[in-house]
Amino acid sequence: MTESLSLEIRALHEVSLTVNGELKTVRAYPMERLLDVLRHQLGLTGAKEGCGEGECGSCSVLLNDALVNSCLVPVLQAKDADIVTIEGLAAGVQLDVLQEAFLKSGGAQCGICTPGMILAAHHLLRRKPNPTTEEIREGLSGNLCRCTGYIQIVEAVAEAARRRAAA
Amino acid sequence: MRSNPADYQLVAPASLQAVVSLLAAEPGAWLPIAGGTDVMVQYAAGKLPARKLVSIWNLPELRRIEVSPEEIRIGAGCTYTDLREHEVVQSEFSLLARAAAWTGGIANQNRGTLGGNIVNASPAADSLPALLVYDAELILISVRGERRVPYKDFHTGYKKTKLASDELVRAVCLARRFSGYLAYTRKVGARNAQAISKVCIAALGRRASGVVEDVRIALGSVAPVPLRLAETERLVTGKPVEPSLLVSAKRVAIAEIQPIDDIRSTARYRAAVAGNLVAEFLEKIGEN
Repeated sequence: MTESLSLEIRALHEVSLTVNGELKTVRAYPMERLLDVLRHQLGLTGAKEGCGEGECGSCSVLLNDALVNSCLVPVLQAKDADIVTIEGLAAGVQLDVLQEAFLKSGGAQCGICTPGMILAAHHLLRRKPNPTTEEIREGLSGNLCRCTGYIQIVEAVAEAARRRAAA
Repeated sequence: MRSNPADYQLVAPASLQAVVSLLAAEPGAWLPIAGGTDVMVQYAAGKLPARKLVSIWNLPELRRIEVSPEEIRIGAGCTYTDLREHEVVQSEFSLLARAAAWTGGIANQNRGTLGGNIVNASPAADSLPALLVYDAELILISVRGERRVPYKDFHTGYKKTKLASDELVRAVCLARRFSGYLAYTRKVGARNAQAISKVCIAALGRRASGVVEDVRIALGSVAPVPLRLAETERLVTGKPVEPSLLVSAKRVAIAEIQPIDDIRSTARYRAAVAGNLVAEFLEKIGEN
């Protein structure tokens, strides 16, 4: 590594990524967390910072269809990736089935964990459209809620799966 | 204190060769980062000693699982999700598939890698006891070429490994000769998901003519490195599974480990659990 290259690396980078279907280009340090870029540069504040160390899941987003904790993703690793945040789930004012089910079942109280919970559930239902209760619990095991006690959340996911199957 | 991203460099070379060239140019200066489930946690806490990072996430050379008649070769960049979804890993290396399934939640399984678990070298790493009992071999790569080392010799002490400062773990090789064994694994932690183990066990065993014919037992979180219980294995081999054997196996197992008190558990609890896990495994061989 030459000194000039090192200096260049330390500077702000242009990083292009697709967020909720739209191509965005941001200027960021490569080690900036995807979570911070989403919230501060793109104004997408649905993903929350809970623990900041990958334990609580409140910053969950989809990165190339895989559920990830955006607090653990340096933005350079999201270059050219396809990101989906909670803001990308509803179609305009029409809520996603999962969002409706969370409302109906009382699966959200303070709301901090809810965007991550719903994305984790969405990721699960894409792989397992008819999950067992055990599979729902496993799919959401990386997402902590300190309000609801999880029962209503698990019910909301089961309800969304039933409604998707019936649709 | 949170780290300032402006103080860090991160580069993402497009090939494995370019990564090892970078490591060779300044040995020890560049820290590889794959899915970030360990490195980004240290970074968030302001405890990352390295200032230069090189991304190896999603390098195609590291993200493959190759299956030949003799062995399965798992790229070090394969995630826990890759492991738990792979057919041969599920059917012939179930200890590894199950360890992958209980490491963290789904988001961390989508990012955490087998190579990262090996190099991070935590004595509590869930996948490492499985690698010990399967006699895993590691392929290490640098600009000097590749070398193949038994995993059992790789961890030399607490968070210490034989990896040279210009080397990267490229792949993990497992010989396909354990499908006839009973596989037993358990993790004992505060909860099933997102909890680091107090004690974990991975074991393989086979019974023939009423006696334990072959047995392999490894434990995590009971010593500075993941530990194979050689004395316990020797004790039980060739013997029928009887209550007296369980008692002596427990005693020898507890004598072989060096558990400590820490934030997650106590030495006394770990010793008791380790003995019980060994006994439960032997009982299962007896029933088999």
